[in-house]
Amino acid sequence: MSPTLSEIFATHPRDGGWIGFLLGQAARDKPLLWVQDRMAILESGRLYPPGLPGLDLIHVEARDARDALWAMEEGLRCAGLSAVIGELWGDPRALDFTATRRLAVAAERYGVAAFLIRLGGHANLSGARQRWRLASAPSLANPLDPRAPGSPAWDAELFRARGRPPGRWTITPNDDGQADRFHLVAGAGDRALGEEQRLSA
Amino acid sequence: MPALAIERWAKSSDCPPEAPIVLSVEGTHGPIIHAVTRAAAERGARPGARLTDARAIDPALIAEPADPAGDAALVQRLAIWAGRWSPLVEVDGDGLRLDVSGVAHLFGGERGLVRDIERRFARMGLTARVAIASTAAAAWAMAHFGPSPLGEGGSSCRLRKGEAGSSSPDLTTFGHPLPRERGLAASLPPLPVAALRLDSDTVRTLDRLGLKTIGALIDLPRLALARRFRGAADVVDALDRALGRKPEPLTAAPADPPPRALLKLEEPATHPEAAPQALERLIPDLVEQLEQRRLGARQLSLTGYRVDGSTGVASVATAIPSREPKHLQRLLVDKAAALDPEFGFDAFALTAGWTEDLGAAQENLVEESSGERELARLVDRLTVKLGPRAVRRPQARESHLPERASGWVAAVDGLSPLAGEGGSSRRLRKGEGMSYLRSSPPHPPIAAQWAPPSPAGGEGLMRPQRLLDRPEAIEVLYATPEGMPRRFIWRRAAHDIARVEGPERIAPEWWRRPSSERLRDYYRVEDVQGRRYWIYREGVIGDGRGGLPNWFIHGLFG
Repeated sequence: MSPTLSEIFATHPRDGGWIGFLLGQAARDKPLLWVQDRMAILESGRLYPPGLPGLDLIHVEARDARDALWAMEEGLRCAGLSAVIGELWGDPRALDFTATRRLAVAAERYGVAAFLIRLGGHANLSGARQRWRLASAPSLANPLDPRAPGSPAWDAELFRARGRPPGRWTITPNDDGQADRFHLVAGAGDRALGEEQRLSA
Repeated sequence: MPALAIERWAKSSDCPPEAPIVLSVEGTHGPIIHAVTRAAAERGARPGARLTDARAIDPALIAEPADPAGDAALVQRLAIWAGRWSPLVEVDGDGLRLDVSGVAHLFGGERGLVRDIERRFARMGLTARVAIASTAAAAWAMAHFGPSPLGEGGSSCRLRKGEAGSSSPDLTTFGHPLPRERGLAASLPPLPVAALRLDSDTVRTLDRLGLKTIGALIDLPRLALARRFRGAADVVDALDRALGRKPEPLTAAPADPPPRALLKLEEPATHPEAAPQALERLIPDLVEQLEQRRLGARQLSLTGYRVDGSTGVASVATAIPSREPKHLQRLLVDKAAALDPEFGFDAFALTAGWTEDLGAAQENLVEESSGERELARLVDRLTVKLGPRAVRRPQARESHLPERASGWVAAVDGLSPLAGEGGSSRRLRKGEGMSYLRSSPPHPPIAAQWAPPSPAGGEGLMRPQRLLDRPEAIEVLYATPEGMPRRFIWRRAAHDIARVEGPERIAPEWWRRPSSERLRDYYRVEDVQGRRYWIYREGVIGDGRGGLPNWFIHGLFG
């Protein structure tokens, strides 16, 4: 899949589940640019590097959505980045169809993947090529301690995508720790899917 | 400083110029005249005389208090402004001293330089006596005691040409009123001995001995002079300094002046586009200088010199040394546009105040561009717009406390070691006048920065991906006070806990905080929807540091 703009909606603003899903898709050979607007930091916390070992990142704290979008677009023009991630809170006025379309075009033109994270926002008109709705799902059984959380699982719904049918999956990271591979654990319609699907960026 | 004080006073008051005004300072025996207007001088008032004596000659004198501190501040301001002529300016008592070696040709020779200085001072209503000489002491003597067409003591602006002792005395030239091409040996002797800046007792002694001019002193045997005047009043020493036999370096002289490009405008520019346009013309100049010296700029400042004697400065810093014209211009252009022209800029200077070695790197022979350099440029652009505090990279710190373990450094500082290309050493070259810049601390390479933090590290420790800037209090239901939490309410939303792992006990840093701080028991909890949080209980019952323990939420897992 060539780099493009994906939009990810966290179904609940204080659900951090999308991070694991996202990091699985983003390549890590080069640094990441991670933009958070101020409201996103206040509402759902600042990025915490000790929880993201081995990740080389540049963090940008933007005053508002306009600055965040500007920083994202600047980042997309930079060949030294592997991906640009922008978290926006709510439905800012600056984030309209034109803004998302600009990001999508820049991402495709310069070959840098872009992820637009919407915390507590609504799925209005957007130029994103892929739009996901993501929620945490109850984690898998922990083999060492039955009462403890196990490997994380996510309920991912691709509700709009160019060139591929929408769908809904429950996924979990691959056992070998390779974060760019996911297991599909169980389909939404109770279908058992044993196959692996590679969703690399 | 007779003329400056009186001219400054005259500008700030609306008094007719023909009024006999004297400015006075308090002396040991009553007020002493500090400065006089021309009208007052005609009525017999002299600086240094007692006010009462002057009033005895002419009772119509009007006395006003002088403001020496204000005058000194004006001189300081003028010294910065005089940077338009030369990068080396020193305040010297009541005048300015400029090192103009290699500068004069930019202003049409020394004569043009002198004329330019006089004109610009005159435009501000200040009288400047200008002299260029091959030694500082000689320039001082010329400016204060040289023949003057104005017939009055003006504020002096001394120029000194060349490093003392480095240029031969026969190259000496003076600004008008003296004819050009006259050597020091010819022009100094007619001046009175007071021009040597000796103290008044020595001058009086010399006077009584009949040695009224410098020429008379030069003719005397040195040994006799040295024997007669010893200690503080060293006449031989003063003579040597004036004649360039002894070096007298400028104190403010950096050994290696920073690269600098100058632009003078014919007319003062008041439109807001002036600064960006000047920048566009200055950058190629500066880049060429940087290229020749194999340097890259880490800090750039554009100084606009206004007609009223003030300056406006816009400066930016870069993450890696750079001399890419487009990049530098993009960084500075917004800040340059924000410079307020006020009454108009009539000169601009672009200075690379801080540079680092940068080899002759070739860019883009093949299509692929260097990722790290691109990255550094991105950081520069983001930092210029959003500020260094908003663009940061993580830096691990040795601490068990979660909020302390994660440190951030401004990406502009932290990125520099990435730029290994070209930069052979980390030797910093900083302009002397730029000492306000922070020096960059030696950072480990980025790859080494994210070695897991040693005390809190280890793969087994699970840390959340997001941390709240400050922990938020939550209400927790638990089966037993020491047991696992069952349910918590955060921001009025209830979360039923399905699975818990913990506790992980983190003791307070007693060497840093008051000893009343309580320990924390961290739990990783998962609610029924599968969202996972990092919560902690502060303290345990019976630890003697407070009542019932409180619960906080600190992080979110991804």
